[in-house]
Amino acid sequence: MARSVTTKRKMITTAAAWTIGLIIFFPIYWTILTSFKTEAQAINDPPLFFAFDWTLENYAVVQERSDYMKFLWNSVIIAGGSTILGILVAIPAAWSMAFVPSKRTKDILLWMLSTKMLPAVGVLYPISLIFVEFNLLDTRGGLVVVLMLINLPIIVWMLYTYFKEIPGEILEAARMDGATLKEEILYVLTPMAIPGIASTVLLNFILAWNEAFWTLNLTASTAAPLTAFIASYSSPEGLFFAKLSAASTMAITPILILGWFSQKQLVRGLTFGAVK
Amino acid sequence: MSLKSTLSAATALSLITATGAFAADPSATITIATVNNGDMIRMQGYTDKFTEETGIAVEWVTLEENVLRQRVTTDITTKGGAFDIMTIGMYETPIWGSNGWLVPLDDLSEEYNVGDLLPAMAGGLSYDGTLYAAPFYGESSMIMYRTDLMEAAGLEMPDAPTWEFIAEAAAAMTDRDADINGICLRGKAGWGEGGAFITAMSNSFGARWFDMDWNAQFDTEPWANTLNFYKEMMDASGPTGYATNGFNENLSLFNQGKCGMWIDATVAASFVTGDDSTVADSVGFALAPDTGLGKRSNWLWAWALAIPAGTQQEAEAKQFIEWATSTGYIDLVAENEGWANVPPGARTSLYENPNYQAVPFAQMTLDSILSADPNNSTVEPSPYVGIQFAAIPEFAGIATEVSQEFSAAYAGQQTVEEALEKAQAITNEAMEAAGYR
Repeated sequence: MARSVTTKRKMITTAAAWTIGLIIFFPIYWTILTSFKTEAQAINDPPLFFAFDWTLENYAVVQERSDYMKFLWNSVIIAGGSTILGILVAIPAAWSMAFVPSKRTKDILLWMLSTKMLPAVGVLYPISLIFVEFNLLDTRGGLVVVLMLINLPIIVWMLYTYFKEIPGEILEAARMDGATLKEEILYVLTPMAIPGIASTVLLNFILAWNEAFWTLNLTASTAAPLTAFIASYSSPEGLFFAKLSAASTMAITPILILGWFSQKQLVRGLTFGAVK
Repeated sequence: MSLKSTLSAATALSLITATGAFAADPSATITIATVNNGDMIRMQGYTDKFTEETGIAVEWVTLEENVLRQRVTTDITTKGGAFDIMTIGMYETPIWGSNGWLVPLDDLSEEYNVGDLLPAMAGGLSYDGTLYAAPFYGESSMIMYRTDLMEAAGLEMPDAPTWEFIAEAAAAMTDRDADINGICLRGKAGWGEGGAFITAMSNSFGARWFDMDWNAQFDTEPWANTLNFYKEMMDASGPTGYATNGFNENLSLFNQGKCGMWIDATVAASFVTGDDSTVADSVGFALAPDTGLGKRSNWLWAWALAIPAGTQQEAEAKQFIEWATSTGYIDLVAENEGWANVPPGARTSLYENPNYQAVPFAQMTLDSILSADPNNSTVEPSPYVGIQFAAIPEFAGIATEVSQEFSAAYAGQQTVEEALEKAQAITNEAMEAAGYR
């Protein structure tokens, strides 16, 4: 009896998980499917699921109109650069908060997180003026710094959570063996936290890749990443849904592949510690 | 690889990223911010011709209309200098021109022939008599209707119909079983979407946004008449969920044969008669309706090219603008893609061209543009310039909020009276805060 209840529960849970998964995946599936339709088929009512003439025309048009590789390269540089820089800043910060906390550590952590609650547009003008003043507009370097700062609270929080799980005694033992602070972080703490660092890196890379406010507002032609590439196919006056879908598919494919191969680390990153 | 070398490599990569990324591109190019629509995309395709002729390279930044508006506004107010040419509309041009943010286009060459620009367009893109943006294409709004359905309903569309006729025809053409809606109109929130339509419509009912002292006028009878007429007609003959329909949704419905009539931008005429339309062979055109008060419900808009003050490449930018908005460019497009695909609504000579006169919607587009007067758009006098907008900086924000209230009324979430009351309060409050009242 007990066995059959367990099986039934398992089946319900599995069915529910698949249903939720399919619902979440449906917009991506629909985008990919639409990218292979003509513009007329894309708006057909009732919607066409499979019975249509599949075409690669939209991809050809998008390739002809836009320099995809330039946008892709900018995305890689901006997302990669901001992630690396963020990790370099966040590891020492998280170390100090986890192992040498002060009375105000928790307040600082909460304050850092609260900056994520500020609507980005609220600081559009100050940031834009700083960019103009320092000649950073439409530069990848400027965006690397901005995206690093935007995602830093999340990186620090995640690393702090991982570091808190590492017994302080291990670091103390290293210190007793004569390890300097640098050696303690580099050779003792970091290797033990590699899984946590890896999932933090992945999550931050995805966040930076998908960021679409600053990457649109602080770029023009030189540093524009894939978010700008997608935005160039959106139009309130003209039906370009199939082309927009093709551009979107091309923009999300690299990150989908990365996500697919690193899903184990991502799941761990998203369900671990403070963000679980 | 050891951890230390991994971190060192990461640091190096990060530094390379940053330093390489800060390097500026030394080549002499002009950067143009533009919207994503058929005419603009077509122009991008011909950019190589311009580069061949002048040696000036062109970089395009194409963005969705609202994103573009935010992006170029930020750039011009912070003197960012990211763009040498900006694509802006009739709303921004006089405001930015008056602020000194745009380079006056008062020294264009004789060959360009400024006098050939349609007066309504040149007037709407000027401030204090000075042209600040050159129209790439212009549009008004008009009725696009199904000639076969109109005939089946036993009606004949006049060239200049009244709203009463339109409501009657919409009811007669509606066939819910066949999924045909008598009329499709914008209801989507947004000052440039449903807000633009209802404002233009209200002009024909004798309504206005402000009296001469900048007091909101939503508590007047003409506004109540406008909204009640719109809602009753759309509830009876419009598509399901019309409160969220904008240009694209209605274009999609019309092209699939699900609208008897559609009142929207004249630029849509080439779409509904194009290859993607299933009803291309049975589309007729008429002027936007009125109520006999002397004002029609059509708007006036132009996408125009302007040069932000402070650009380092003013001469090159002017050269491009002269090229892109010239009669030569129109000829180039006509030669390669046919007369139906040339950018419409900017030059008088286009409408005098017999080749263009043969395009089915050409004359009605011109008549619609000529019947729109942004300097005298309302029955009662008003203090603002503009037909579907009031050319003051505060308008976009206020009208977006007001149109959200209207859309909520269309969707049945509140009554028309409640929406108008809220619109009145929102507008007066904002105008007071801005110092108009």
